[in-house]
Amino acid sequence: MTSSKSFVKFDKVDKSYDGKVLVVKDLNLDINEGEFITMLGPSGSGKTTCLMMLAGFETPTNGEIYLDSKPISRIPPHKRGIGMVFQNYALFPHLTVYENLAFPLKVRKLSKNDIDKKVDKALSMVSLSGFEKRMPNQLSGGQQQRVAVARSLVFDPQLVLMDEPLGALDKNLRESMQYEIKHIHENIGVTVVYVTHDQSEALTMSSRIAVFNDGKVQQLSTPDKLYEEPVNSFVAEFIGENNTFAGEVTDISGGKCKVKLDTGGEIISNPISVKSKGEKTKVSLRPERAIIDPEDKMDNKYKGKIEEIIYHGDHARVRLNLLGNKEFILKIPNSSARMDIKRGNEIKVGWNSHDARALDPKSI
Amino acid sequence: MSSETQQILTTDGIPLEVSLKKVERRNKFKAFLLVAPLLFFLLIVYISPIIGMLFNSVDDRMVTNALPKTFVAMEKWDGKELPSEEVFEAFYIDFQKLIEEEKEGKLSTQLNYEKNGFKSIIKKLRRKSKSFEEGNYKEQIMAVHERWSDVEYWRAIKRRAPSYSYSKYLKGVDMYQNQEGKFVQVEEDRRIYKKLWVRTLKIAFYVTLFCFLMAYPIAHLLATLPMKYSNLLMICVLLPFWTSLLVRTASWMILLQQQGVVNDFLVWIGLVADDERLVMMYNETGTYIAMTQILLPFMVLPLYSVMKTISPSLVRAGKSLGGTPFTTFWKVYFPLTIPGIGAGSLLVFILAIGYYITPELVGGASGTLISNMIAYHMKYTLDWSFASAMGLMLLAGVLAIYWVYNKLVGIDNIKLG
Ligand SMILES: Nc1ncnc2c1ncn2[C@@H]1O[C@H](COP(=O)(O)OP(=O)(O)O)[C@@H](O)[C@H]1O
Ligand SMILES: [Mg+2]
Repeated sequence: MTSSKSFVKFDKVDKSYDGKVLVVKDLNLDINEGEFITMLGPSGSGKTTCLMMLAGFETPTNGEIYLDSKPISRIPPHKRGIGMVFQNYALFPHLTVYENLAFPLKVRKLSKNDIDKKVDKALSMVSLSGFEKRMPNQLSGGQQQRVAVARSLVFDPQLVLMDEPLGALDKNLRESMQYEIKHIHENIGVTVVYVTHDQSEALTMSSRIAVFNDGKVQQLSTPDKLYEEPVNSFVAEFIGENNTFAGEVTDISGGKCKVKLDTGGEIISNPISVKSKGEKTKVSLRPERAIIDPEDKMDNKYKGKIEEIIYHGDHARVRLNLLGNKEFILKIPNSSARMDIKRGNEIKVGWNSHDARALDPKSI
Repeated sequence: MSSETQQILTTDGIPLEVSLKKVERRNKFKAFLLVAPLLFFLLIVYISPIIGMLFNSVDDRMVTNALPKTFVAMEKWDGKELPSEEVFEAFYIDFQKLIEEEKEGKLSTQLNYEKNGFKSIIKKLRRKSKSFEEGNYKEQIMAVHERWSDVEYWRAIKRRAPSYSYSKYLKGVDMYQNQEGKFVQVEEDRRIYKKLWVRTLKIAFYVTLFCFLMAYPIAHLLATLPMKYSNLLMICVLLPFWTSLLVRTASWMILLQQQGVVNDFLVWIGLVADDERLVMMYNETGTYIAMTQILLPFMVLPLYSVMKTISPSLVRAGKSLGGTPFTTFWKVYFPLTIPGIGAGSLLVFILAIGYYITPELVGGASGTLISNMIAYHMKYTLDWSFASAMGLMLLAGVLAIYWVYNKLVGIDNIKLG
């Protein structure tokens, strides 16, 4: 597979519905063949709009989208050959499961024999063999979801778009469907563009994630990089839990910077988007990177008072008042070793300056 | 269900079902009180007139009571040749009694429904019978008018002997029961009702079809347009509802007449020569045009309410799966609108089949429907029992359509909003 040539390419795409507000702004995105890419962002950030432009139900106001290096703005939706899973499944309610799956094959004029074979295969892929004669309303939500996935794949498209396909399912079902979709993707190697506003869904499923906000891609990277190395404070706060300190850079040297906090005190952090002294910044630290009773070689060591302990079974979240930040969260594994973790007690907390990322001061 | 379900008891030991019923009875009673006024109203203004009509259409006691002796005497008559003196005498006696009670006019009207020509000969008989001598009534009556010696007229009287008869229903389909008791059609040139039934069904069918063809795109537009435009369109669709039916029909008359707006326009653009102006009124064309316009909202609204519920993502799904816009419409969108089509068609067809004012005003001779005939018999011939019979036949027809529809599509599939 040559990944030098991208399979789907958004080239400087703008989109406005009303001529006043840009819903998508200067979008540049390259998607490789066989990739599972997720568009993640809060509601209203323009994810669905991007998907609709790719599927052909909306036209870009400016720019061009390329599929397999060919511009597609002139191709009507039914000729694009892109599979799609809609949020409400969009199964045809008057057709049986079999007829739903046969629809794309019939319009492609396949023989009855081939249709039967392909429908069989697609249904067994989502473990729904034997449900051919059911009507969609005789299926549970999860089953409908799987039929929708099977239908979008049954005609062997090279690209499948999924718009919040699991949004209507309950938590357990959603998690098991996440794995199922992921396995299907791994088995058949189709390119998937997936839309969700659920960050944990994005993290578990994707090969790459594009974080959307305000019509713009904020960061495009692999899940681990996105979590470990957010490039701005929106991404840091949108993905995972986050302890933040607002402040001003007082010194910057040797890949480290000193930040004087608005609440008093000073911490050492990793300068990501700050360049010089005097800049405003927001320092972001993942809760699991801060530990109690730090070793000596850690360059950030402070004392905090326990405000609240929230029990989570395998671990506990401890809310501290640390350096004037009353919302500082610490994760502590559930063990009998620590008897001094009680409300009102003072404990020592520390972290490596590398994990405290000094980002832009903008907050969401 | 298994027949051996164990009886479940409440904690107090009362069977659960009994306890439940007791609780529900109160609610049921309350619900009944709420609908009671409506039920009462329906009973008085809807059910009882229908029962009255049913009774009216078969009730023939008026004639039976008017000629009691005659009918007794006629029992022995085989109906092949002129009846015997006995019958004539009985008829004379009955008739004299009617004259005393001044009821002979009613009899003549009734007999005239049965056979044309009774009216004048009964009038004549009344005048002449004052100077009748006793005995040999047969000859004296036959001398009054030659029709009195026509056996057909005596057969017509005999047919009215039973107190209850369904002859009005037969008349409604141009048939009658001859003296052998067989159902036969009336002579070719006197068949009017069958033609009218066929025409009524035909016009109702085509009006429904035209309404469907016009309403479908409108309803689709209504369901898909953004709110601010669809509201305006909805007002346009509903506007006719806020105008009196009579005014609407009258405006069609202004538009469609030969010196009317439409013809003027066609002449002006040169499509039609001035001396060949189209005849669009006082014939079927007028009925079609005016009824289609007037019944259109009854098709638009059910279609709209169904189309509104069809998610746009279904059509998108169809297209994304490779269906051309037409395939997607035909295989996905159209089947989902069938409940609306069914409801609208049923509504329009049933309304059209009994329509009265519009065909009366713009239909002329070739564009009138069965209800115009019913009205005619109610207002002019005063043959109410015949009008009732036809009204009930119409009602039965509508119920039959409803029944067929229910069998084919299922009434639960209907959606009106
Ligand atoms: N058909 C439309 N007409 C007008 N505005 C729209 C339309 N669809 C979406 N929008 C607007 O575009 C913005 C982005 O919407 P969308 O792409 O659906 O976001 P997301 O899928 O990320 O929640 C929203 O502010 C929404 O109100
Ligand atoms: Mg969306």
